[in-house]
Amino acid sequence: MASTIFEKHTPGRKGYTLPANDVDIKLEKCIPNEFSRKEETRLPEVSELDVMRHFLELSQMNHCIEKGFYPLGSCTMKYNPKINETLARNDAFNNLHPFQGEGTTQGVLEIMHELQNDLAEISGFSKVTLQPVAGAHGEFTGLLIMKAYHDYNGNSHKNKIILPDSAHGTNPASVVLAGFEVVEIKSNDKGLVDIEDLRAHVDENTAGFMLTNPNTLGLFETQVEEISEIIHSVDGLMYMDGANFNAILGIVKPGEMGFDIMHYNLHKTFATPHGGGGPGSGPIGVRDDLAKFLPAPMVDKKDDKYFLDYSHTDNSLGKVHSFFGNFAVNLRAYIYIKMLGTKGLRRVSENAVINANYIQKKLEKFYDIPYKDQYCMHEFVASGDWQKEKYGIKTLDIAKRILDKGYHAPTIYFPLIVSEAMMIEPTETESMETLDDFINSMIEIAKECEENPDLLKNAPLNTPVRRVDDTLAVRQLNVKFEL
Amino acid sequence: MPFISNTDKERKEMLTAIGVEKFEDLLVNIPKKFLLKKDCCLEDAYSELEITRKILKLAAKNISSTQANSFLGGGIYDHFIPAAVDHILLKPEFHSSYTPYQAEVSQGTLQYIYEYQTMICELTGMEISNAGMYDGASAAAEAILMAARKTKKFKAIIAGTINPLYLEVIKTYTVGVGIELVVIPEKDGLVDLDELKKSVDEETGCVLLQTPNFFGNIENAFVVEEITHAAKKALFIVAVDPISLAVMNAPSEYKADIVVGEGQALGNAQNFGGPLFGFLATNVKLSRSMPGRIVGATLDVDGKRSYTLTLQAREQHIRRAKATSNICSNQALCNLAATVYMCLMGKEGLKEAAVQSTTKAHYLSKKITELNKFKMAFTAPFFKEFVVRTPIAAREIITKLQTKNIFPGIDLKPFGHKNMLLIAVTEKKRKCDLDEFVKSLQEVTNG
Repeated sequence: MASTIFEKHTPGRKGYTLPANDVDIKLEKCIPNEFSRKEETRLPEVSELDVMRHFLELSQMNHCIEKGFYPLGSCTMKYNPKINETLARNDAFNNLHPFQGEGTTQGVLEIMHELQNDLAEISGFSKVTLQPVAGAHGEFTGLLIMKAYHDYNGNSHKNKIILPDSAHGTNPASVVLAGFEVVEIKSNDKGLVDIEDLRAHVDENTAGFMLTNPNTLGLFETQVEEISEIIHSVDGLMYMDGANFNAILGIVKPGEMGFDIMHYNLHKTFATPHGGGGPGSGPIGVRDDLAKFLPAPMVDKKDDKYFLDYSHTDNSLGKVHSFFGNFAVNLRAYIYIKMLGTKGLRRVSENAVINANYIQKKLEKFYDIPYKDQYCMHEFVASGDWQKEKYGIKTLDIAKRILDKGYHAPTIYFPLIVSEAMMIEPTETESMETLDDFINSMIEIAKECEENPDLLKNAPLNTPVRRVDDTLAVRQLNVKFEL
Repeated sequence: MPFISNTDKERKEMLTAIGVEKFEDLLVNIPKKFLLKKDCCLEDAYSELEITRKILKLAAKNISSTQANSFLGGGIYDHFIPAAVDHILLKPEFHSSYTPYQAEVSQGTLQYIYEYQTMICELTGMEISNAGMYDGASAAAEAILMAARKTKKFKAIIAGTINPLYLEVIKTYTVGVGIELVVIPEKDGLVDLDELKKSVDEETGCVLLQTPNFFGNIENAFVVEEITHAAKKALFIVAVDPISLAVMNAPSEYKADIVVGEGQALGNAQNFGGPLFGFLATNVKLSRSMPGRIVGATLDVDGKRSYTLTLQAREQHIRRAKATSNICSNQALCNLAATVYMCLMGKEGLKEAAVQSTTKAHYLSKKITELNKFKMAFTAPFFKEFVVRTPIAAREIITKLQTKNIFPGIDLKPFGHKNMLLIAVTEKKRKCDLDEFVKSLQEVTNG
């Protein structure tokens, strides 16, 4: 393992330069003694070269898209074009202050305005806010729109949000944060919403329904129209979790399928970098009559001038972020959409769906694929049940062995309704050769389960560290270096 | 097609392998009525050259703080960022990697987060930091939720001197859970301590104070702590500027229970207000109520030191509806920028940035008040930001100086303070920049 930066500390070493202070005022005259720090910080003293070597060493212990394939279901780990990075690093974007005013920020406002419109067009919604900065943040915002809508209509008693048992963990967590109760309903034997169970749980207190479509099994919710009729019949709202939007660009529009609100994960669908866990962006699209509840401000245009529109603040749910969302992330998504155009966007989804079905088909003899009698959309879920029953190999072992083969692992043990789940999503940017290599590795692993199960139980063997002890990390909590 | 690898020939081969003739055959589960009859109405695809031209043209419609003499702050600051920071951010291993759930192939991310947590703990004097939140405002809101969870008391008292944008986000975040917010008025640019004392009672779950506060003034956190902890269970939450911590009290000195703040000033550009990142630190006894990711050190099966996400039983992917927060990201690249920044600047550099920002701000305030037209709005000690009373509407000054590419500061009128201008200074300003600004203020208020 790499030593920490603190172990590279050498008193007196410097990694920065600054001009000499050219005003003659002493700090002691500015900050009273009682508010002055008593002991100096012990931040490391290292040179720029020390820093570069340290972080280079750390970087080499990470997997990343440029290094290899991520068959990571629900996460859409597609390639992130480099032109986005070059253009987003322009001084006239990076060094803009959010309080600068509209006069000196027309360029960014124009980008935001166009992106709002493009996202609305792609999804069939009327208005889009760019303020939420992550998918989960978007969910929270969308749920507060539901709350604002019901309060506005004098229906404050509506306190229940229904979601299927295949939902992402963020869905129920967001529901609770927004002050609603979670009602979980079952999926049927086809992996889709169980309509009878839904009917049994819908009542006058139903505020809305959250659905990922295609769902987390990678299956299109065929009965979406019926679902939305049931929800709308009690004046509930339909929320679309856009995590899987990559499957349906240019094919269908959520706004035309009965959904009233949707979040987009720009860091998935629109190729902004995952960054090891953010920053993301989770804009929200809504149907026309819900626009008045969106967070302020929106970006609007009048007489060729773009401006920040605070006019709807009477009904707005408030602010979810200090400013206007993650502009620099939104800019990358904007560039990506412009470079794909109408045809390119549809092509994205076509290739994502073909790639997923190709892997599903090729692996069906080697792994249990519970819903293989249906074509999947952009991802599918396999199960490690066969390997577990026959050889005592868990999905976790398989996942760790996949790391040894030079890939990231699939999403595992999710969705919760499939035992020993492995959720595989190739994305459109991967080539057939990459998929064939991955398929061959998966087949090899299936054979290893039979011939050399210990290999899997001990995996990974070729990674920077081997299986880490999560229990020890909790039992002997060590969350900072002792300086 | 851009960014798609498969050729038409490969696509055909794959469709054959799947057992269908054409792509549309894979869509049998989608009701026909929803399949789009006509294309989306977007622009035609831009090539790389064309999009570059378009973006450069749009960029030219903005004026950056590099091109201008900017005194804008209010939570977002134009501090110096060493060039090396961006070189690290651009490394694909950080840039295009996934959340470090698979620890064995994510040690790079996990270790720098561990180092980040260590540095945040060092600055704040706290025992445990999470891996980051969306921004300072949401970190403050999550801290209030955390205090309510821990104390089971649903009254939160907030100093009215906090950043008003934080207050707006806090309102949004607490409305669902049903937390009662009591905002204590401002007096002379500081929180009214008498009013605060009257409001804190046995129902109080927490008191939130910002120091330096929205006006740049330094609050007496020692007194606020005493008032807070006089209530049996109440937790003391403080929001701080991380740069200030190089020279101002570590929040542990005044016994804060939870420390939050906007981290942008640490190595992140202003980016028109996003991405930002919030930090949140506390003591171990509150760790299980914390929101967000946390990295811990551990061992691998060979006994080798390694890192992993820990205390995950608090998080949404495990606990779902019972999670401490719905957050599922940590603005990782922004935290990385902060980590690299703190390494490069180190103990001396961070102090130098803080000292220069403060002393230059004080020089500027002196020069502006010497014009005899502007008065300091408050008498309290301040850090790198201060408020002046303006002889004419602040908006008028801003509009006039914008034509000279000077951004004089934030008009406080929309926040309820007429004829007041909030002025921020960082170490990037030279004496000549400050003098130019003073001169222009003189001119703009003449006659």
